[in-house]
Amino acid sequence: MASLKEMRNRIGSVKSTQKITKALQMVAAAKGRRAQDAAQAARPYAVRMASVIANLAKSVTGPGAPVLLAGTGRDQKHLLVVAAADSGLAGAISSSVVRAARERIYELKAAGKEVRIICVGRKTVAPLRRLFPDAIVATFDMSQEKVLTLSSAEPIAARILQAFENGEADVVTLFFSHFKNIVSQVPTSQQLIPAVVNEAAGLGAAPDLKGGVYSYEPDEAAILETLLPQNLRVQILSALLENKAGFYASQMTAMDNATRNAGDLITSLTKQYNRSRQAQITKELIEIISGAEAL
Amino acid sequence: MMAKLRFSLVAPERELFAGDVDQVDAPGVDGDFGVFLGHEPFMTVLRPGKVTIRDGATTKVFEIKGGFADVTPESFTLLAEHAVEAA
Repeated sequence: MASLKEMRNRIGSVKSTQKITKALQMVAAAKGRRAQDAAQAARPYAVRMASVIANLAKSVTGPGAPVLLAGTGRDQKHLLVVAAADSGLAGAISSSVVRAARERIYELKAAGKEVRIICVGRKTVAPLRRLFPDAIVATFDMSQEKVLTLSSAEPIAARILQAFENGEADVVTLFFSHFKNIVSQVPTSQQLIPAVVNEAAGLGAAPDLKGGVYSYEPDEAAILETLLPQNLRVQILSALLENKAGFYASQMTAMDNATRNAGDLITSLTKQYNRSRQAQITKELIEIISGAEAL
Repeated sequence: MMAKLRFSLVAPERELFAGDVDQVDAPGVDGDFGVFLGHEPFMTVLRPGKVTIRDGATTKVFEIKGGFADVTPESFTLLAEHAVEAA
């Protein structure tokens, strides 16, 4: 049985832990709102980009098509970009992305494919390095990027393009956690190269051209050459933005739980403390009374 | 009311302008161009420069660092790589 002093200390330390988790929860709530707004604000660009590329892709097919769109025609070398958070204390958000990536890697390896990994965010590095020490070709730490802009995505995109041009990759897939809403973030994979032309992701119906035909300056292929790398950057950026929004949402939930748990712990510890304090007083009283009676 | 050109200027981080306007001037790689309602559909890469939006008596100017334009007879979507409103 712990002494009363020990129990008081214990209660005190749980209380200060609770203060920290509570503070972290409120910080996450505030930052999360901003991150959500940023993720939302970036959506129109990504959507328009997708619809423009879908439009262009229809007119550029066959052997002349850019490799970023059509792929290398092979399916042997896979590059996985795994993007998650840089810090912890946010529940399972990072580990669920890593788990999704890990399962995919096992699948690919079982099928005899070559796998390379780019880690984005510190939380992806340790678990993946333990499992696949030779597969990691690059790691990126995003913790210094206070505000995510296109230039935050630039080095990652550059590394992917470099890998692609060096023939290190035939297929590039991005793993991130899709921010569905504040309580649900889904680990998602998205194929970056060859670009997936999905008209459903665009604006739906093709624009009414009033009988006209698109003309292109300089020409379709040249436009795609500039647009596809840009699209890559944009896709990475929106994944990073969603990750960030999801991270704060998940952190908020995790810290809310932690605060509640600490509260429960304090209640039960205080009850225990009071009980033993009363027991002690009763014991002392009995000693005094029986001492007096003995005289 | 006369129909107007539906114009939107979007940067990767956010949408900067969306609305109905009379005319938009933009810097294409092969020369500057102006777009009114009923322009023939075309797509072009943009070079760095100024985008001028005119609606009635009001004029707005944005500085862009390259980008991409998608013009249809009714609408004009400008995907800017980086854009700020010029003072």
